[in-house]
Amino acid sequence: MTNTIGEIADADFIFACGTNTVEAHPVISYRINQALRKGAQLVVVDPRDTDLAKWANEHLRLKPGTDIALVNGMLHVIIAEDLYNKEFVANRTEGFDELKATVAKYTPEYAERITGVPAEKIRQVARAYARAPKSTILYTMGITQHTVGTHNVFSMANLAMLCGQIGRPSTGVNPLRGQNNVQGACDMGALPNVLTAYQSVTDPAAREKFGQAWHCAIGEKPGLAIGEMMTAAHHGEIRAMYIMGENPILSDPDANHVAHALEQLDFLVVQDIFLTETARYADVVLPAAAFAEKDGTFSNTERRVQRIRKAVEPPGIALPDWEIISRVATAMGYPMQYASPSAIFDEMRSVTPSYAGITYARLEERGIQWPCPNTEHPGTPILHTEKFNRGLGKFNAVEHVDPNEMPNEEFPLILDTGRRLYHYHTGTMTRKGMLNDQMPSDYLEINCKDAESFGIKDGDRVRVFSRRGSMAIRAQISEVVPQGVVFTSFHFTETPVNQLTNPKTDAIAKIPELKICAVKVEKIA
Amino acid sequence: MCVDLIKLTIDGMEIEASPGTTVLNAAEALGIHIPRLCYDPSLSSVGACRICVVEIDGMRNLPASCVTTVTPGMVVRTDTPAVIEARKTILELLIANHPLDCMTCEKAGDCKLQEYCYQYGVTKGAFTGEEHHYGLEENNPFIVRDLNKCIVCGKCIRACAEITGKDILDFAYRGFNTKVTPFGNTSYIESDCVFCGNCVSVCPTGALTEKQMSGKGRRWELKKVRTTCPFCGTGCNFDLNVMDDKVVGVTSTNGPINGRALCVKGRFGWDYVHSPKRLTRPLIKKNGRFEEATWGEAFDLIATRFKEIKDKHGPGSFAALSSARCTNEENYLVQKFSRVVMGTNNVDHCART
Repeated sequence: MTNTIGEIADADFIFACGTNTVEAHPVISYRINQALRKGAQLVVVDPRDTDLAKWANEHLRLKPGTDIALVNGMLHVIIAEDLYNKEFVANRTEGFDELKATVAKYTPEYAERITGVPAEKIRQVARAYARAPKSTILYTMGITQHTVGTHNVFSMANLAMLCGQIGRPSTGVNPLRGQNNVQGACDMGALPNVLTAYQSVTDPAAREKFGQAWHCAIGEKPGLAIGEMMTAAHHGEIRAMYIMGENPILSDPDANHVAHALEQLDFLVVQDIFLTETARYADVVLPAAAFAEKDGTFSNTERRVQRIRKAVEPPGIALPDWEIISRVATAMGYPMQYASPSAIFDEMRSVTPSYAGITYARLEERGIQWPCPNTEHPGTPILHTEKFNRGLGKFNAVEHVDPNEMPNEEFPLILDTGRRLYHYHTGTMTRKGMLNDQMPSDYLEINCKDAESFGIKDGDRVRVFSRRGSMAIRAQISEVVPQGVVFTSFHFTETPVNQLTNPKTDAIAKIPELKICAVKVEKIA
Repeated sequence: MCVDLIKLTIDGMEIEASPGTTVLNAAEALGIHIPRLCYDPSLSSVGACRICVVEIDGMRNLPASCVTTVTPGMVVRTDTPAVIEARKTILELLIANHPLDCMTCEKAGDCKLQEYCYQYGVTKGAFTGEEHHYGLEENNPFIVRDLNKCIVCGKCIRACAEITGKDILDFAYRGFNTKVTPFGNTSYIESDCVFCGNCVSVCPTGALTEKQMSGKGRRWELKKVRTTCPFCGTGCNFDLNVMDDKVVGVTSTNGPINGRALCVKGRFGWDYVHSPKRLTRPLIKKNGRFEEATWGEAFDLIATRFKEIKDKHGPGSFAALSSARCTNEENYLVQKFSRVVMGTNNVDHCART
């Protein structure tokens, strides 16, 4: 997030795209609720009539995968009606002319033809976003999990920069991240192309710095992203894997392909707190401590680094992940000896500029938001207040492109996937206790018109087929999904929806198009 | 922006407060704690319970300090005989219809009603009359509702509307029969309740308690360990409540992001930690079946196989998946392990799912 979660409560206008915040980030939705109670306007962009959409002043129920056309339509209106922030555009940005040229054809009527959102609504929302003193953009994976995911994010940035709705309190471009430490895992360089704090492996200076700190040579070639690893394993190019606290058998697209890839490996180590679906494929399973059993830090979606603290001992002879990794490295002849997580943190911050000023002692009360370059620095609640990282903010003009897999006669419906309130990711944690008592199984949301045309009644068992696989699930006739779209979550091993999803990824971020694939639904006789 | 501060006197001490400050908050700034039952800093103030009354020169009655704002020259006294008598009477009225089963009540030690009765020496008997006999509501996995212990302060109603935004609770019926209920006088499980438990965290009595904590230990015995939630990316803080090396519950703390608010997963989703299905020992697959092993055996095998494969097929034949659920320190080590020990940039995690 460019801004902090608390600031949402003071926004005048909230533009929430592809985020069912009420279910996926409930406590952030409380801030939206506070803003609404103070008179803020909420516009929700989502094909589904989510709980958040029910709070909205305006729900733009666009066709799946048409976000760029919608935003370009808004940009067109804002430029045509001279509502953009000329001072901000002149002083803080570049590429305006290209943007203007690209969006020229995206009249609201043209955008309506692509998105299905009435032109007049596009006009109203564009004006309101531009005119509000403090407009904030919130989004999640409804924006990013597309083959045009990066371009969708460019669209969000274009909108914010055009109106100068960034770099000030209660504005900004704010992705709400779905996992407790997904921000931190990225910050720490658990990515194939970057070291910590996004220092690129292709940058000789970065490689030199880490090479010296770690007494080794860092490869200059970016590694494989998760989907590429699976393909490489499938082809016998990856022979061994070490998987810590991840469950790609349920979380990754085209899961049958993932399973086959893991079967092909010569050697697989899985380290987790439960024997997950993925761990079953392992040659060695290592028992790890859960969050309550270890010390460390998580970085949240607003870049706030916070402590976790050991409260109880791990079960049996399970160990914290950091200790297990250290001992594997040591067994391989590379001694990693750390007295505690804070010793690891101190080594990490010595090579990580945005974390350099953060220490365990400074984290005690309220955490610190990076960038925090030195120990006197208070942290950075709001990014880009005076300039962008690259200096001027660059408008990236982008065009609408259809999703990779569109419905056809054989597969007439779009399958959309996401999250439920009572569960988390692949259910490894939430399917073990009371949350599972509350929601023990999932269902397929299907619009009543589609249900009628396929002869499906509420509660029927149905089989959903894509080009990659099929699964049986209970159907729930629902007005939450529009005609032509069905939805379920990826939390449940009994209904492993990722066996159906499309592994085709965005070329830049390599994120798969988990929000859209073509399926057919048949009643199980 | 320059705002003129307002000068007033509380219990003989002078203080300056900004306009709009309540007498209760001004007193708190002086270190004077005024008792409160229906007041909560994160909710709107309604002045319903009257336990926070004070004496203010020139005012005919005893005003509720949580809804009285400061005015220039105001002279406030928080502990006069009239104030204390009023508070005692309020407490006597409240406990006239309250099951005084503190010896078995889950909230004992963390109950405002109990605390104030102790502080003001109030016992049952001053007033006698009708008492409620509502059935215990425990037909959901998370929250126990005992309306016999409800003092009708309305904080749960305000928390549901003002914090969570679900707005499923309100007062029903009149007078002595007034009760808090979801629409249609149903139970939580039959309503649109999402079990965030924010009502539980603001309840001053034992009317709303965490089902999981029932019978697991008295509140004063529980060790509180502040930590960060392991679920979504919001980063809420809460206290793990620990008894005999076991987590027995989660209670609110004052988190920088969430204040005392949480969602159902943060407040009630911790129980997997002590699941009997947890992995407790390393497992090595032999002939297609997992067999328990020692750490030494596991590390030896891993080191041998990783080295063999690296030597035979090169560093690029290895890949690691780090974890969006593990700590920064652990993620740092996994990518370091991949790059230094295995010599490859093939490291990633599920940032995209």
